Amino acid sequence: MHFVPILSTLRRHKTAALLVVLEIALTCAIVCNAVFLIRNRLQRMDKDTGVAETEVVDFRIAGIGVKQNEMAQTVQDMAALRAIPGVKFVASTNMIPLGGSTWNTGVSLNADQTGATNSAVYVGTEDLVETLGVRIIAGRDFTPDEYQDYDAVMKEKVHYGSVIVTKGLAERMYPGQHALGKPLYTWGKQPQTIVGIVERLARPNDDNGADITDCAFIAPVRPAYTVGAHYLMRVEPGRGHQILDQAETALMKLDPVRLVFGKKTFAEVRAEYFKEDRAMAFLLVGVSVALLVITGLGIVGLASFWVQQRTRQIGIRRALGATRSNILHYFQIENFILATIGIVLGMALAYAVNLWLMHKYQVPRLPGTFLPIGAALLWLLGQLAVLGPAMRASMIAPATATRSV
Amino acid sequence: MIGYYLALAGRSLRRNVVLTILMIVAIAFGVGASMTTLTVLHVLSADPIPQKSDRLYYVQLDPKKLRGVDESPEPNRQMTLLDAQNLLKAKKADRQALMTGGNAGIDAQRPDLPPFPLDDVRQTTADFFSMFDVPFIAGTGWTAADDDNAARVCVLGKALAEKVYGSTNVIGKTLRVEKDDLRVIGVIDDWRPVPHFYDLNTDTYGKGDQLFLPFSTSLQINVGHSGSTNCWDEHTDAFAVGAPCEWVQFWVELDSKDKAAAYKDYLIAYSQEQKRAGTYERDPNVRLPDVMQWLAYNEVVPDDARLQTWIALGFLLVCLVNTVGLLLTKFLRRSADIGVRRALGASKRAIFLQLLVEAGVVGLVGGVLGLGLAWLGLWAVRHQPATYADLAHLDMPMLLSTFALAILATVLAGLLPAWRGCQVAPAAQLRSH
Repeated sequence: MHFVPILSTLRRHKTAALLVVLEIALTCAIVCNAVFLIRNRLQRMDKDTGVAETEVVDFRIAGIGVKQNEMAQTVQDMAALRAIPGVKFVASTNMIPLGGSTWNTGVSLNADQTGATNSAVYVGTEDLVETLGVRIIAGRDFTPDEYQDYDAVMKEKVHYGSVIVTKGLAERMYPGQHALGKPLYTWGKQPQTIVGIVERLARPNDDNGADITDCAFIAPVRPAYTVGAHYLMRVEPGRGHQILDQAETALMKLDPVRLVFGKKTFAEVRAEYFKEDRAMAFLLVGVSVALLVITGLGIVGLASFWVQQRTRQIGIRRALGATRSNILHYFQIENFILATIGIVLGMALAYAVNLWLMHKYQVPRLPGTFLPIGAALLWLLGQLAVLGPAMRASMIAPATATRSV
Repeated sequence: MIGYYLALAGRSLRRNVVLTILMIVAIAFGVGASMTTLTVLHVLSADPIPQKSDRLYYVQLDPKKLRGVDESPEPNRQMTLLDAQNLLKAKKADRQALMTGGNAGIDAQRPDLPPFPLDDVRQTTADFFSMFDVPFIAGTGWTAADDDNAARVCVLGKALAEKVYGSTNVIGKTLRVEKDDLRVIGVIDDWRPVPHFYDLNTDTYGKGDQLFLPFSTSLQINVGHSGSTNCWDEHTDAFAVGAPCEWVQFWVELDSKDKAAAYKDYLIAYSQEQKRAGTYERDPNVRLPDVMQWLAYNEVVPDDARLQTWIALGFLLVCLVNTVGLLLTKFLRRSADIGVRRALGASKRAIFLQLLVEAGVVGLVGGVLGLGLAWLGLWAVRHQPATYADLAHLDMPMLLSTFALAILATVLAGLLPAWRGCQVAPAAQLRSH
């Protein structure tokens, strides 16, 4: 099959050919970027929090009015929660990974906090590390004598001497060095010692462009439930909902004048946090499919027109000895040429769109690997779309040549 | 003439139903998707208080330290309680209000309704209601004297009044907030400024506040703080007067540009005074944006909503290119017809117009269908998880723009094919017949 006659035919149908090329280019550019955005969202939704997600459940509660002996009540509450069958660990904490609202603080290497790194700060009772199921890769968990009560730290300025940091925070504060045993200023005028490093502990949110799995630390500071408002439990997988219901009964029996803000398994916390990303990903999938369908139908329309317009010429070629497959291939190759030009243009356009998105919406750079995906999709689409009209063309009888249209 | 062209267009479009449907559906989808996302954008970037958004100003000061945790050169987004109380006392604006978001446990004291948490609490001062044109259905707000005395009074939203008492006729009743009783002195109608401009630290597209109480009162009865608290120095209690923490908002109403300029001068003088007194380390760094400037500064419209609009417009563009191609096909296929009409005396202009009318009909039908799709699209948006989802409704201007967009787009798409179509030479087409 020769390209030259196809090209010379296309030159005679410049406008229509250009329109197909343009449509393919635009579709290619949009679909490449859409697929890339979908992948970004899916990756974001797939981020590892470091938490034993199948086992962690969160019970949120608050008091009504000013409460007395909050810490004693908290200890009593946690004992009741531990007594529920299937509960392995319990901790009272100020926040949870992907929970949304966060406590942040500046972490630095000097007392006056200059050049501080923003970090999420988890405060929690004994067993927080075990309850979350985060993995300590260096050092150790806190010892019981390292803990202080939250009120003492805040109101009486009692010093806590140690912290457990994430690997991300350790590397940021002590790049290229061993951070374990080194000091950090996280609160007050005296430093804390890094006694443990966890592989990963996600922050409650990634607002302001913060990497959700980057900077966080745990302080050995016990919050009463009125401060923290989260009772975290590590339970047997699959029993989360049942245990949360039992927890509500147990806690309200101890003190009914309280408000239950929510009870969720970690899977629900994650789904809630990423719900908008999921919706966006679905929307992008929908738009991409619709674009491909419309472009495909456009190609069908134009190819049908060309087949109809060239009925006589096709008849003549058939009469002169061209086989059916010659005719079929003619239209397939024609479409391939148009699609290729469109794809080349589309890739340039895809890069331009991506540059603009990078500038406006902090989207990362489009990796080169996405271009072949877009190209393959559109080649396939073009060939599928042209198949019908091309088959019809190949069915044209040689005798058609003798009739006038 | 147009009537005849319309008839011709109808006949021509019926001749190849599949192609016609294809064009109409493409236009409808492009228009539907674009109008859905544009409507959302239109709602999200609306002026929340159009009658006076240019007379309400947000006050920004800069009490941060020169060196330390926060070295940003921008003034703060919120205010310390001390500064806000100073500005409130100074009364240099026509009206002024100090406020912040709160949450509290509400005890309806009804056996069938256990105590429930309320997130939509506003702790503020007397001028709030008149400044923001809050619509009362019963009673009034409180007075400056109530602020001074920390009076145990409150104003309820309609929804909360109905939830607690089953009625809005509740002036004089008491409401138990946490463990204290407040007297209800006013009930407001549904009031939901979009965006929630006066405090962007709570839900920006939320349902609106339901319980209002004097700021001084809220300090006494253990109402929790909702929103953001940002501290730049050591402190024992972030919410104490004098703490190095920003957590309240301060709005002023100024009836003229001159007054606004004078108020800004006052803020500079205030900052200088604070620096002399040693409470501020930085030089005066003040800003006084009005409502729309404040919303723009905070970039309240979510990036996702903008991104979706661009995606939809890109989609519309592809649909239009597709329509240009299909119209071209359609018109060129009728070369013989056009040749005959030209030979019988129709001018190029007449043919051009006729073909444009045909394109316009496609646009009109596509527009009607697109409107339906936009309506469906908005219905889908309302079932999305975004906080602003339930605001997505089509209003009259957007409805009309949908039609305008559809017809304009299709006529534009018809220009090239119609021009190519009317170039048909009469003789060439007649010869082969």
